[in-house]
Amino acid sequence: MTAGPPSPDGTRGRAQALAAPLPPLLAEADRLVANVAFGEHGRRRAGQGDEFWQYRAARPGDPAGRVDWRRSARSDAHFLRETEWQAAQSVAFWVDGAQAMAFSGRRGRPEKGDRARLLALALATLLIRGGERVGLADGLVTPRAGRLQLHRMATALDSAPEARSDGDYGRPDATALPPHSRVVFLSDFLGPPEAVERAVTTAADRGVKGTLLQILDPDEEAFPYDGRTVFESMGGGLRFETMRAGDLRARYRARLAERRDRLTALAARAGWRFGVHHTDAAALTGLTWLFGALAPTVR
Amino acid sequence: MAALAAIGFTAPWLLAALAALPVLWWLLRATPPAPVRRRFPGVALLLGLEDRRAESNRTPWWLLALRIAAAAALIVGFAGPVLNPDPRAGAPQDMPLLIVADASWASARDWPRRTDRIETLLADAARAGRPAAIVPLTDPPEGALPFRPAGDWREALPGIAPRPWAPRPDEVADWAGRLGDTSFETVWLSDGLARQGREALLDTFAARGPVTVMDSDRPVFALRPPRFEEGEVRLTALRSPAEAAGEVDLHVVARGADPAGVERELGAGTARFAPGEAEAETAIALQPELRNRATRFVIAGARSAGAVSLTDDALARRTVALLGARDGRERVELLSQTYYLRQALVPGADLIDGTLDDILLANPDVIILADIAQLAEIESDRLLEWVEAGGLLLRFAGPRLAASDVSRGAEDPLMPVRLRAGGRSIGGAMSWGEPRRLRPFGEDSPFQGLSIPDDVAVNSQVLAQPDPRLDERTIAALADGTPLVTQRHEGRGRIVLFHVTANAEWSTLPLSGLFVEMLERLAVATRPSAPEAEDLTGTTWEPAAGIDAFGAAGQPARTNGVVGEELAAAIPAGDVRRALPPGLYARQGREIALNVTGPDSVIAPADWPAGVPVEGLETARERPIAGPFLAGAFVLLLADILAVLWLSGRLGRASGAACIALALALAPVGGPAQAQDDTSDDRLALRATTEVVLAHVLTGDTRVDALARAGLRGLSRYLTRRSAVEPGAPIGVDIERDELAFFPFLYWPVTADQPLPSDAAYGRLNRYLRGGGLILFDTRDADIAELGMSAPAGRRLQEIARPLDVPPLEQIPEDHVLTRAFYLLQDFPGRHDGPVWVEAAPADAERAEGMPFRDLNDGVSPVIIGGNDWAAAWAVDEQGRPLRRVGRGAAGERQREIAIRFGINLIMHVLTGNYKSDQVHVPALLDRLGQ
Repeated sequence: MTAGPPSPDGTRGRAQALAAPLPPLLAEADRLVANVAFGEHGRRRAGQGDEFWQYRAARPGDPAGRVDWRRSARSDAHFLRETEWQAAQSVAFWVDGAQAMAFSGRRGRPEKGDRARLLALALATLLIRGGERVGLADGLVTPRAGRLQLHRMATALDSAPEARSDGDYGRPDATALPPHSRVVFLSDFLGPPEAVERAVTTAADRGVKGTLLQILDPDEEAFPYDGRTVFESMGGGLRFETMRAGDLRARYRARLAERRDRLTALAARAGWRFGVHHTDAAALTGLTWLFGALAPTVR
Repeated sequence: MAALAAIGFTAPWLLAALAALPVLWWLLRATPPAPVRRRFPGVALLLGLEDRRAESNRTPWWLLALRIAAAAALIVGFAGPVLNPDPRAGAPQDMPLLIVADASWASARDWPRRTDRIETLLADAARAGRPAAIVPLTDPPEGALPFRPAGDWREALPGIAPRPWAPRPDEVADWAGRLGDTSFETVWLSDGLARQGREALLDTFAARGPVTVMDSDRPVFALRPPRFEEGEVRLTALRSPAEAAGEVDLHVVARGADPAGVERELGAGTARFAPGEAEAETAIALQPELRNRATRFVIAGARSAGAVSLTDDALARRTVALLGARDGRERVELLSQTYYLRQALVPGADLIDGTLDDILLANPDVIILADIAQLAEIESDRLLEWVEAGGLLLRFAGPRLAASDVSRGAEDPLMPVRLRAGGRSIGGAMSWGEPRRLRPFGEDSPFQGLSIPDDVAVNSQVLAQPDPRLDERTIAALADGTPLVTQRHEGRGRIVLFHVTANAEWSTLPLSGLFVEMLERLAVATRPSAPEAEDLTGTTWEPAAGIDAFGAAGQPARTNGVVGEELAAAIPAGDVRRALPPGLYARQGREIALNVTGPDSVIAPADWPAGVPVEGLETARERPIAGPFLAGAFVLLLADILAVLWLSGRLGRASGAACIALALALAPVGGPAQAQDDTSDDRLALRATTEVVLAHVLTGDTRVDALARAGLRGLSRYLTRRSAVEPGAPIGVDIERDELAFFPFLYWPVTADQPLPSDAAYGRLNRYLRGGGLILFDTRDADIAELGMSAPAGRRLQEIARPLDVPPLEQIPEDHVLTRAFYLLQDFPGRHDGPVWVEAAPADAERAEGMPFRDLNDGVSPVIIGGNDWAAAWAVDEQGRPLRRVGRGAAGERQREIAIRFGINLIMHVLTGNYKSDQVHVPALLDRLGQ
């Protein structure tokens, strides 16, 4: 994070923010991104509106400053230079910050939440390089272009996961999505599925296309427990006791598969994509999947 | 103590707790294993699932059984189970316990077992609260019965030791008379030998309570003193009991000091007992040299004073050189000057003849000059030197001596007194007097106590010049007071003159037995057999060495002298006692051994009356087995932990730690293996010989060894860089195991606690030094004590170097070849700068004409000794950086440089010898070449 206390007011605070190196999360995202070859986005890095479109004859009312004098000097009429109108896509991210995301099945394995934030920021970096606008779906950071936006996102994602943690399981917030934008949901989707369904439906209604990436710890997949166990949710809100945890394994996995089927069906209905990423896999695999899932539609 | 078959318990009431085990079963059964609490986000998916089997909240039966077993083992363990409790259960518990031990030399053979047995008895008595007393019969107490609590006696038990004699019947009877009429139980630990007064004592005990006799089943062995017969040492071994015993081979060993002073085996023989025989003979053939060194004969493996026979003069045969007058005439044998001497000495001494030169080379104990008057000056000088070093010069008078001028005007250094001219003749045809008889020997004469036969008469003699000191030098005189034998001490030796001839010409003395006895007393001849009482009459003998009941040499148990008659009476049957302990007794250069087993000793097994219970010593030992029970409980609890972990699904993570704990608890601890096989020896030889290798002696101190290795590594590097010598990696040498011949140079850091090398290692080291090897001893202490005893490393160095073949040393002289073998040096510092010692130059080393150097010794100094901690100055790490700081700043670096130069000079000296010394001859060589 930034080196000093974030006090945006005052010259000192701003200077510090300016002088601060990349936030750790952003730096990690940059490293990750350096491995991804650019697709169609890379050719337009010169920026939107730079591309020549046409010359047209000047009309009364046009400001004199817009007259292209070099073209006009070749003829008697005055011409204006018009550039291609290029509208950038807005991509919003919803990163689950609930307590469930703070789970890690083994020491040394990243938490699910860490992996989710890393993927979000890495993808945002790629998109910014492609000239898109990125932001957060909950409206904290409205979609904008430019590299500075990455800093804002990093700060917002990294700053206070506790403050954003709303209970054991996250509920996607799609209220602040601009119409026809893209959205990426990063969560374990272990909470009540109705909230996800409602959010996806709402977004789809507004023409928003999107991607769901379920991030799971391998332990959540394999359920390697045995013996008499009391399971508690991360926040402690839910509690379940069993005498022989090993007996539950098959049924737990069946339920997990069922949950995944339901999300896949939901995504298919809305024309979205659904993917699964495990925290023991390399982050790059998740990033490339996400990028691929987004790329055909983002232009 | 409650006894359950072979297991008893010290706290049996604790076993009542076993009754509580069913309750424990019920309690444990009701309590399921504690659940694991686990945070798990997937719990949302689990909600609503139900366990299919509910019975697992009961503890499984096998886990219960495990825990019950652990609890039972704990209870049994704390109840103090004892295996094989003492079976003497019928012993009366209300009487005091008297433990009588013979504690003689024969008990020493299995004394530890006897003390174990006593300890068991005492432990038993302590448990029963009975007072006890221990009475060694060889050392009966002053009072009657020292009854004390048995626990006190257990502490005093280590102080009770057997004595190298047998119980004296009179002492024992005396003590038994003081017993009074208290009743007690008696346990008698017999040594198994028949002895006078046994039955009476047994009756005394039986009258006061039950008696148990304990006796070992091991045979008693004894060894009679050696006899010298037909060039062999003959020994007789005894055994008891003999009747039922089979064929047994005993190894009889002669022990004595080797030339280095280390006691070792000089010879051995095997005595074979035929079945049922009580005696066995063996003969050991020993060279006279070895025979004289033998101090004791022992039965190998028998730890008992009875199986040790100390030797005295009887075996030690002196070398006597006989030198008679050379007259070149054929003479009748009986008139020869040396005939009677020869007859008297042959049984007891080894005679050598020859010229005085040859004789002195042989360094005999005694030189006899029979009527030899004048010696060449150089001869007499050498003879005097020999006398001063401890020789006995025995001279006899005769016509030549009487006619010569020897010791007339002034006392001759090789004569005890001055002589008057001529001599005198008594009782001859031309004289009036009668032949003179001998006056009885005086108090301080060595001949004191010898009886003088009537037929000894003296006709002629040489007369001593009256002198104030004549009286004290006279050790035998004629009846009229004229000296017959005079003696003078010279240095450590003696000069004795018989004022008569050694043949029968002047007196009848040589014809009598007195002559032989006088020679014996003078320690010229040695007694061929045990001394008779009259031989020792009137003499007093000082104890010189003692022997304990186990046969080990020690200080004499008695400090004041012993009258000869007593000694003579005790020797034949080995009648030793507290007042006359066995050992060596000495008087005026002669020694008499008083052994436990005399030449007439016999041993017979004790015969106990039928009514007395006789037990062996081998009752099964009481063994507390609480430990195994508690350990078993511990293991069961460990297994329980593992089982619980497994049941609760935590075994996966915890198994590693648990297995390690279990392995630590159960694994037997293996000793460090230090095996070295032949192939590695070959490898060492190959490594050491394919290139020049510097080696250091492994001291056992890891840090010192590592530093020595680093030091030699540094020196090797500097040598490679600066000279044509390119040594390989240094090798640490274990002098106990490795062959040293491969190494031209050994660096030996001396530590204060280094073990002394074994004999074999010393042999190798001496061979190495003689073969041209060089050892650099480094005490590493800056030589603060000047090689003295006050520094621990210096002391150790002295101890290590004592058996080494080290020549005389001197500090490195200015012109030593070490000062110019490669660099020109005058200092030889390491980390310190102290004196350095090398082999001293020969005394006749001379400086050649016009040369700055003396022509010094050939070859390489075998040792160089210093305390400069050279290895520390040479030491470099793997990258070649110095390891230790030397001195301070630039001066220190300079010192390091000089130290390195010294090292290079040293190796050059080692490898090229005195090559640089030969430069002395260069002018001569050039001259010879005609330049």
